[in-house]
Amino acid sequence: MSTGLSGTPATERPDDPDGQAPAVPVVQWRGRYDRKESEDEQAVVAEGRPRLDPEARRLLFELIRPYRRQVIILLALVVGQVITTMAAPLLIGMAIDHGLPDALDGNYRTLMQLTLALVTAATVAGGLQWVFLRRTGIVGQAVLFDLRRRVFDHTQRLSVSWHERFTSGRVISRLTSDIDTLRELLDSSLDGLLLSVLNIVVISVVMLVLDPWLALIALIALIPLFLLFRWFSAHSTVAFRRTRESVALLIVQFVETLNGIRAVQAFRREPRNDAIFEVLNNDYRDANRKVFDLHAIFIPGVTLIGNIATVTVLFIGGYRVAEGGLALGVLTAFLLYLREFYGPMEDVAIFYNSLQSATAALEKLALVLDEEPSVPAPAHPVPLPHPTAGEIRFDSVEFSYDLKAERPVTVLHELDLCIQSGQTVALVGATGAGKTTIAKLISRFYDPTEGQVRLDGVALNELSDLDLHTAVVMITQDGFLFSGSVADNIAFGRPGATRAEIEQAARAVGAEEFIRRLPAGFDTDVRKRGGRLSAGQRQLIAFARAFLADPAVLILDEATSSLDIPTERAVQRALRTVLHGRTALIIAHRLSTVAIADRVLVLDAGRVIEDGTPADLIATVDGQYAALHTAWLDSLV
Amino acid sequence: MALGADDASAAGSHAGAHASVRDLLRLWPWLRPYRGYLIFMLVVATLAMVVQSVLPIITAALIDGPIARHETSGMYPLIGLALLFGVLEAVLFGIRRWAMNISSLAIETDLRRDFYQHLQRLPVSFHDRWSSGQLLSRVTSDLSMLRRFVGFMAVFVVANLAVIVVVLAMLIRLHTVLGLAVCVVMLPLAVVTRYFERRYNIEARRAQDLTGDLATGVEESVLGIRVVKSFGRRGQLLQNFTGDATRLREAELGKNRTLATLWTIIGTYPQLVLAGVTCFGVLAVANGSLSQGDLVAFITLQLRLNWPLMAMGWLIAGTEETVAATARLFEVFDTASDITDPPSPVRLAGPWNQPARLQFSDVCFRFPGAAEDTLHGLNLDIAPGETMALVGATGSGKTVLTSLVGRLHDVTGGAVKIDGVPVNQLSLEELRRTVSTAFEDATLFSASVRENLTLGRPEATDEEVAEAIEIAQAGFVHELPYALETRVGEQGLSLSGGQRQRLALARAVIGRPRVLVLDDPLSALDVHTESQVEKALRRVLGATTALVVAHRASTVLLADRVALLDGGRITAVGTHSELMATNSSYRNLLSQDASQDAQEVSV
Repeated sequence: MSTGLSGTPATERPDDPDGQAPAVPVVQWRGRYDRKESEDEQAVVAEGRPRLDPEARRLLFELIRPYRRQVIILLALVVGQVITTMAAPLLIGMAIDHGLPDALDGNYRTLMQLTLALVTAATVAGGLQWVFLRRTGIVGQAVLFDLRRRVFDHTQRLSVSWHERFTSGRVISRLTSDIDTLRELLDSSLDGLLLSVLNIVVISVVMLVLDPWLALIALIALIPLFLLFRWFSAHSTVAFRRTRESVALLIVQFVETLNGIRAVQAFRREPRNDAIFEVLNNDYRDANRKVFDLHAIFIPGVTLIGNIATVTVLFIGGYRVAEGGLALGVLTAFLLYLREFYGPMEDVAIFYNSLQSATAALEKLALVLDEEPSVPAPAHPVPLPHPTAGEIRFDSVEFSYDLKAERPVTVLHELDLCIQSGQTVALVGATGAGKTTIAKLISRFYDPTEGQVRLDGVALNELSDLDLHTAVVMITQDGFLFSGSVADNIAFGRPGATRAEIEQAARAVGAEEFIRRLPAGFDTDVRKRGGRLSAGQRQLIAFARAFLADPAVLILDEATSSLDIPTERAVQRALRTVLHGRTALIIAHRLSTVAIADRVLVLDAGRVIEDGTPADLIATVDGQYAALHTAWLDSLV
Repeated sequence: MALGADDASAAGSHAGAHASVRDLLRLWPWLRPYRGYLIFMLVVATLAMVVQSVLPIITAALIDGPIARHETSGMYPLIGLALLFGVLEAVLFGIRRWAMNISSLAIETDLRRDFYQHLQRLPVSFHDRWSSGQLLSRVTSDLSMLRRFVGFMAVFVVANLAVIVVVLAMLIRLHTVLGLAVCVVMLPLAVVTRYFERRYNIEARRAQDLTGDLATGVEESVLGIRVVKSFGRRGQLLQNFTGDATRLREAELGKNRTLATLWTIIGTYPQLVLAGVTCFGVLAVANGSLSQGDLVAFITLQLRLNWPLMAMGWLIAGTEETVAATARLFEVFDTASDITDPPSPVRLAGPWNQPARLQFSDVCFRFPGAAEDTLHGLNLDIAPGETMALVGATGSGKTVLTSLVGRLHDVTGGAVKIDGVPVNQLSLEELRRTVSTAFEDATLFSASVRENLTLGRPEATDEEVAEAIEIAQAGFVHELPYALETRVGEQGLSLSGGQRQRLALARAVIGRPRVLVLDDPLSALDVHTESQVEKALRRVLGATTALVVAHRASTVLLADRVALLDGGRITAVGTHSELMATNSSYRNLLSQDASQDAQEVSV
């Protein structure tokens, strides 16, 4: 007993209200892991401006390509808008220089013409602006829509092993927050930037035409502006990246707390989580602070340079007006233009971060889209013979995880195996013996490292996705449920199934009874990934789903582990009927599940060490299965 | 989930419809500590904008004074003044931003911290209703909306109003009739702006909900990737996704249309007014009621109105969005936990590490919104140190029964008692220290193994951790790249179901619990590991009171007695062999006798 939990009492009563002082410094909670955490966060080049990767550039080009005519129209619109808007100060200047003297002479014609021109310019500019804003919206949303669909479809094509490596959290953030970043860019600042840049160009030209010397002063001011911008962009890139990293950690902590709320509350982790969250929250604040402080220097800096340049123009221009070398209207127009000239530069700072995040997001998306499915769809699929017999053959199959790692883990060695059509085979062995790997190879979640897996003589990698998964269905342990009703979830097995067929499938696996007892029966919403249902109930629904699919080969990967015994017995009874005429592969820790098998394979460290009918194996002296069976009988009492 | 989203969005739009700017006052407790900064920002921002408006006046003075008189020497003082104000404006801008950075980020951070802390303490039933995505968007986008409002918008609403008033006053001073005319003509802009802002808000809300729907679809497609793959349903999912994305696009385009119209009006209208001002201004100069310099000043000043007026539209939009965001935050803040500490908690008597008595007396439980009780009038008495197995058919309520002990759910009738004290009279801290639960699905966090084991007890000693690992046969953790420091979970090394379950078991026994609740602790273990874990478990169970949900005879055999849960009640209690001999429904549940099976099949 001395080594047991009831051994020596701890030195202090743990119920002393000892506040929140964590014994382990909060920084140590995360532990170590070797994957480069930011392998996909490094998209933003460390020095200088955000510059798109070739992949991202190609992606951007591909996305815009279908809309290139629209984009050209947009450019024409914005040029038109800028020109009509820019006409206003010029017209006002003319009103002062020409309209006023004429009016003083009692001739109001010039003034009226200029007023009319001003009104026309404003109206046309407004009209062009409206069309431009609408069209950017339409094109932008169309591009986003295409991108969304493309990334979604692509991630769904990528193999399970990719998903396991990449982790669901990151896939979800690609598809949600990263695309959202692009939407924000389109939403707010893209048209603004376009206008700013064009404004600068058009105004420069107009000013040069009006008075080259004054224009020169305005243009010289662009040099310190450029230097300021270079300084800002270099620092901003680094600082901004830190905010992305710190917010990612914050979100992980937040979401994991919510998804694991039962464990959090049951194990009183709240204060500890508070402490961890505080650290992450403060890190995020500090990272943001850095970025905002850069803005606090850059934006007033732009204002300062702009104001000094304006005052200089006022001084020199005023001097020349006083000397009689310059018309007052020209000076007025200049002063009006200068406001439009420097003002938008401040927007560039705000835009710059949107642009940076959008660049980073686009690069991350391009990286995902660049992933080749490791189980690629065949270019020319071979059709399966009809009806599918369901014979499975492993030809010298070898499988290793993490081929790129230093020590690839070989899970299967040179496996040769033939599962005849209609046979029910049970796989038995310790955790890590390779049972699940065999199942995943048959359902082509992975491809073998060496050798071939064949269904009815056709290599799996020559079959179309739909053909393969119509023939082979795997029921996994987790019994994932989608939001929607119970009936929807069963119908997932065969879209378009009638209600009667759905209920029939539920009945076949013995799920009907509990489903009927649910608040709305088959129409009960399963809520939040079936959280309301027990694990066993979820598994039963997953079973019904697979039965409805009616595949030639059915793989049960621990599919009955959470069922209670009567349900399992019922499922097994159903299985005897359902598996009739079907090939089946059953992976189970429980020997009870194995009872219905025609054949048992005992696996050890990636090799088949025993193969035979259950009866034969039980009779094998010193056999591993025989030993397991004896132990199991003992456990039944 | 879908229902949760509906609930939330219904509640949200409800809140949005009835929320008013007054609701922003509820943020005051979080603003209070930074009120000094906020007032400072307000003053500086207003000052900066006033300074901005002075420049045209100086320009007018220059034109009418030295320039008109051709006295270039008279220009210097005025140019110096203009330069001074130009520099001052920039400096004030910088100071305002500095104050904004400190205060608005601090307020956002405080709010986020409090939101998280509040969420952690809301009951499991709340979290079953709300998806993490919905809550995440509150803690990210809604909060940054609030930050922008506090740091920027609120200040500019005031500062811009000040500028508008000051500029209008100056315009009236320059030329009374023309100035007043500008005032009157500018008014409709506010009305039109308001109309479009409201429309935009409704559309934005809808787009946000649709974004949430899309995110839910994405989440499921990724988390359920194995199911999708094994049924080859990529096409169907893409079709659903396309539907969601199309609806979202429509909503976004609706937003775009409203915004385009608004921006066009806001941009064009002042230009039209400017045309009028130019025309009548020139006429005023012609008839001598305005000087030439004042005309330039008038025009420049009138242009100064453009930005604040345009910004007002945007600020009103922002304010209304902030009101909605605030409403969404308070929707959660206002949810009080119904599982809280009692006003005057009873403390458990007896030595802290001795097994306690666990009783269920007349326990009833009904899920919120369910039509009937899951448990009705359940009685069970587990003596100190005893291990009770709980057996029942799928869906009989075993899991919910286990969650009642640690008050993850509260009973709706009767009481669960520890050493005679109803659990709701204990402080949650004491209760959950006394009771330890291993859940069926073992949640791992993206943290080190050690952190995952100790969870709420960072002060656990290395010996305690090692012991718990040994008991749960989780020795594999020593083989991991960094042993106990290895990060596991979503962001780290992924572990198999059996490994996760052993960690969950180790996690449960590490707390030296007086009461141990195990929900089918061995379901994902293979036969070898299971027998090892069983051996180790026997040692633990000898020293604690335990309730073990069991599906298998082998698990039942860990227990001293077995309780049969049927129809929401305990229908039989006894030893395994007693019940096997006397109770047919128990036999039916636990007998794995193949012959019985065969008979049933042959019938």
